[in-house]
Amino acid sequence: MDSSSDRSLVVWLAVTVLVAICVVFAKNLGPLVIYPDALVLPVTDPMNTAMRWFVVTFGWFFKAISWLLDWPILLAKSLLHAVPWAAWFVLWIYLALRAGGRGLAIFTAISLMYMVTFGFWSQSMNSFALVVVSIPMAVALGFALGTWGFLSDRAYRIIMPILDLMQTVPAFAYLLPILLLFGFGTTVGLVASILFAFPPMVRNTIVGLRGVPDEVIESGLMSGATPSQLFWRVRVPTAQRQILLGVNQTTMASLSMVIIASIIGGTNDIGWEVLSTMRKAQFGESLLAGIVIALMAMVLDRITWGFAVQSSPTKRGAAGWIICAVLFGAAWLLALLFPPFKDWPEAWVLNPAPAMNAGLEWIFVEFRTVLEAIKRAALFYLMLPIKIGLSQAVSPFTWGFAMTPAVTTGYSLIVAAVAAYFSFKGKLLPALWVILFALVLYSGLTGLAWVALSAVIVALAWQAGGKNLALWALAGVAFLLLTGIWEPSVISLYLCGVGVLLSFIFGSAIGTWASENDTVSRMVRPVIDTLQTMPLFVILIPFVMVFKIGEFTALLAIIVYAIVPAIRYTEHGLRNLPHDVIEAATAIGTTPRQLLWQVKLPLAVPSIMLGLNQTIMFGISMLVITALVGTDDLGQQIYIGLGDGDFGVGMTAGIGMAIIAMIADRITQGFSQQIQARLGVKLNESL
Amino acid sequence: MTASSPTSTPKLSCKHVWKLYGKGADQHLRNIDVAGQGAAEARDLAQSIRDEGGIVASTDVSFDVLPGEIFVIMGLSGSGKSTIVRCLSRLVEPTAGEILLDGEDLLKVSSKELIDIRRHKMGMVFQSFGLMPHLNVLENVAFPLKLQGLGDKERLERAKRVISLVGLEGRESSFPSQLSGGQQQRVGIARSLAVEPEVWFLDEPFSALDPLIRRQMQDEFLRLQQELHKSIVFITHDFLEALRIADRMAIMKDGAVVQIGRPVDLILNPVDDYVREFTKDVPWELILTAGDVASGNAPPAGIKEVPASTNVADLLPYLASHDSGVAVRKDDTLVHMTSQNVIAALASGVSDASAVKD
Ligand SMILES: Nc1ncnc2c1ncn2[C@@H]1O[C@H](COP(=O)(O)OP(=O)(O)OP(=O)(O)O)[C@@H](O)[C@H]1O
Ligand SMILES: [Mg+2]
Repeated sequence: MDSSSDRSLVVWLAVTVLVAICVVFAKNLGPLVIYPDALVLPVTDPMNTAMRWFVVTFGWFFKAISWLLDWPILLAKSLLHAVPWAAWFVLWIYLALRAGGRGLAIFTAISLMYMVTFGFWSQSMNSFALVVVSIPMAVALGFALGTWGFLSDRAYRIIMPILDLMQTVPAFAYLLPILLLFGFGTTVGLVASILFAFPPMVRNTIVGLRGVPDEVIESGLMSGATPSQLFWRVRVPTAQRQILLGVNQTTMASLSMVIIASIIGGTNDIGWEVLSTMRKAQFGESLLAGIVIALMAMVLDRITWGFAVQSSPTKRGAAGWIICAVLFGAAWLLALLFPPFKDWPEAWVLNPAPAMNAGLEWIFVEFRTVLEAIKRAALFYLMLPIKIGLSQAVSPFTWGFAMTPAVTTGYSLIVAAVAAYFSFKGKLLPALWVILFALVLYSGLTGLAWVALSAVIVALAWQAGGKNLALWALAGVAFLLLTGIWEPSVISLYLCGVGVLLSFIFGSAIGTWASENDTVSRMVRPVIDTLQTMPLFVILIPFVMVFKIGEFTALLAIIVYAIVPAIRYTEHGLRNLPHDVIEAATAIGTTPRQLLWQVKLPLAVPSIMLGLNQTIMFGISMLVITALVGTDDLGQQIYIGLGDGDFGVGMTAGIGMAIIAMIADRITQGFSQQIQARLGVKLNESL
Repeated sequence: MTASSPTSTPKLSCKHVWKLYGKGADQHLRNIDVAGQGAAEARDLAQSIRDEGGIVASTDVSFDVLPGEIFVIMGLSGSGKSTIVRCLSRLVEPTAGEILLDGEDLLKVSSKELIDIRRHKMGMVFQSFGLMPHLNVLENVAFPLKLQGLGDKERLERAKRVISLVGLEGRESSFPSQLSGGQQQRVGIARSLAVEPEVWFLDEPFSALDPLIRRQMQDEFLRLQQELHKSIVFITHDFLEALRIADRMAIMKDGAVVQIGRPVDLILNPVDDYVREFTKDVPWELILTAGDVASGNAPPAGIKEVPASTNVADLLPYLASHDSGVAVRKDDTLVHMTSQNVIAALASGVSDASAVKD
């Protein structure tokens, strides 16, 4: 055993002892268990004061920007409303046809028809106006910064960490400062959407410009290009595909943020429609409007993506555009003659919502016991033990027995036996981890002393990334404690942890299955693609409908969203192993089962670890949104801060969330790199 | 192939060019007069720079390219061929030395003048083509003209002319991704010719093509050169290719030029084993002429006379049965050639003489 694993053993032994002391003597350790309020720094009030001063002093500046930005929004809105839907139809279907062929055109037609016939056209256009205005601004900003980062190494070193930070701060947290600076109104949504949507553009611009082959550059130079010609006529067009992929990602981010921003209200748009009906428990209406958002997302995604991947242009036609323009005019004319082509009559609007609500009601009545049973089982046997620990969760009422001293002794004996088994086989570290896990499970995350939990987090960081990461983790934990958001942070940790754990288990299982079976792969692929493009709170709707508000609903939403990368990376990792290794293993005579378990899975671990990393990131971004269904974690604090305009509360919670995300990110990346180094492989692709 | 008379002034000349990469690249040569040192000194200097961890991509490279000549540079992978040709076009900035184009030092011109020179005097063809993926064939070829701001009509006219020169009529509106490798390289060639350059650089232009297409492209290349008479620097690592097209050639090793001469000089008088290694597998009977192998002596009277350009292979049957040999007419003198001369010429290309022990 080498010295580094010796040191690990010492560290984990110390942590285990500390946790054990904290669990056993929980009642006697007072301030070491529950962080004393007296030690919380009063940061929120000074933050609010500073913000108020800032708004008073510089408010005029932001008001002026807000006033300026109102114009393009107004223009876009009036344009979108003034032109009859029938004419927009022509344009969209033509775009879809060019981007993705007949299939996409039909899908687009159906989507647009849905918006019109279900009476959501006008609200959709209100949302879309913001997207339309924000995309060019985000694209321009992202392209400019990306170019700067490409041209100057120093700029690159400044821009990249900022982007990393911006992408870990939850979307919600963006809204608050913007709201305070710009005041209520549609500009908040626009500004938030620009800020949220430009980072992917920066990244793709840099990647694209860097990827231009040397010989293309050299042939440009030999053609006598001046520096500016070289940039605009050689580099940019050659990087076009990557840059357009950036536009695609920016579009999706922009739409997603515009929808989230409707939370601040005052906008009669489609996001608001979903939220307001959800709050009134009109789930049928909410779902109908949610479908509009989903359709918008899918259509926009497929069209922008289609244009991006047509990297090798094979045809160009002005003729198509002329036909499109003519049909556009014709449709407009038609709308003048037949008003329903402009304003769909109220009487024709399909409204199955009441029927849906009635159906839902019927389901509740009919399947009540089943639904309740599912929810209770998850709650009592999975969620509560992790949240409040076996010591609290186990009761005669739920488990059929109580945590009597005898039972506790039995539990300890079983754990001791398992640990002894591991240490007997020479696996001392795993033995310690079993004990540690059992201790945490006994007291629950919320019941665990802050000292103990902090120690576990810092030790994990140390194991993954050495002293530096441990220091970072320590600083992060200190922030959570000192600003008084420890409790909601622990709840976030618990919700996200359970969600990620389950997503990862199911996701990697599905991914493994999909890698072995093409039919499964073909079925899974469109589902995860769709989930990934979906604006977050649309995913909430069906779960809220069935299980009402609460942590269980939040958990389901997290799982459904976070499972996407777990599936994707596992399948990718297993399918893209070096051929020679697989062939060699097959030649030795492994059974398919042995091949999977003893060759493929161990080799795919780095990719699966990256999947875990992404699962955590997806889980966290969904977690924040689930504040809408009444969790009491950091997301809720952000939401409250937003509702009360309380900068201090919302911002500390937002930063807290970002800190948790960053620590989790670095820890999983650290482990992934260690495994990569051990296997001698290098991964840096992102999916 | 046009044999150029040695007296004509060089079109392009490369004098003591050095290119260093890596740490301290611009320090090593700071106080050294590169033009004043001998070949041995240069070699030692390069070695000492390498010992200090620097990368020497070109070591004191000097050669001339005469007007209308095809000058081939050959060498193993990593021997610095691409580097030197990029120094000639200043795609790579040499660390030291001079590059004279029509007597003017290219390294001293401003970046504006350089752009102008590239627009009118230079053309370059790349190993992996370097085509613009977003432009079709016509636009790719017209690209350099477009950068110059030439009007639509003249631009397209000139582009179409070179496209037909390389035999790509009818493919004008195809995109690079729709063409085969050979066709893509034709586009590359057409593009480099569109500006009607005086010097033409080709960096392994046919290496990415399969052997049959490569041969065909070499033939076309020679046909083009017969029409256009450019001054050409052509890089290859294929000696047979060099043989087919070169007027003169240079062999490079570790950034330095080992030998310069006509292909047959290299075969007959290789300066070292490195050069011999290249020429070893050459089917000699294809290249050696009576003039190359004949002795310097006057022939005895009464034997048959052949022109100097006669292929040795064609003389073998006659020499086998006539020990007295033939008389070879070189310009206006006659020299003697026997089977002994043929054997001696062949032996010079063989380094391992241990087959027969004394
Ligand atoms: N940008 C660079 N930085 C560092 N070293 C370089 C750079 N470019 C070239 N070199 C080094 O210079 C040497 C010569 O490279 P060069 O590309 O000229 O070789 P080449 O003869 O063209 O080889 P090939 O036949 O593979 O094209 C190589 O050792 C290479 O590693
Ligand atoms: Mg090369």
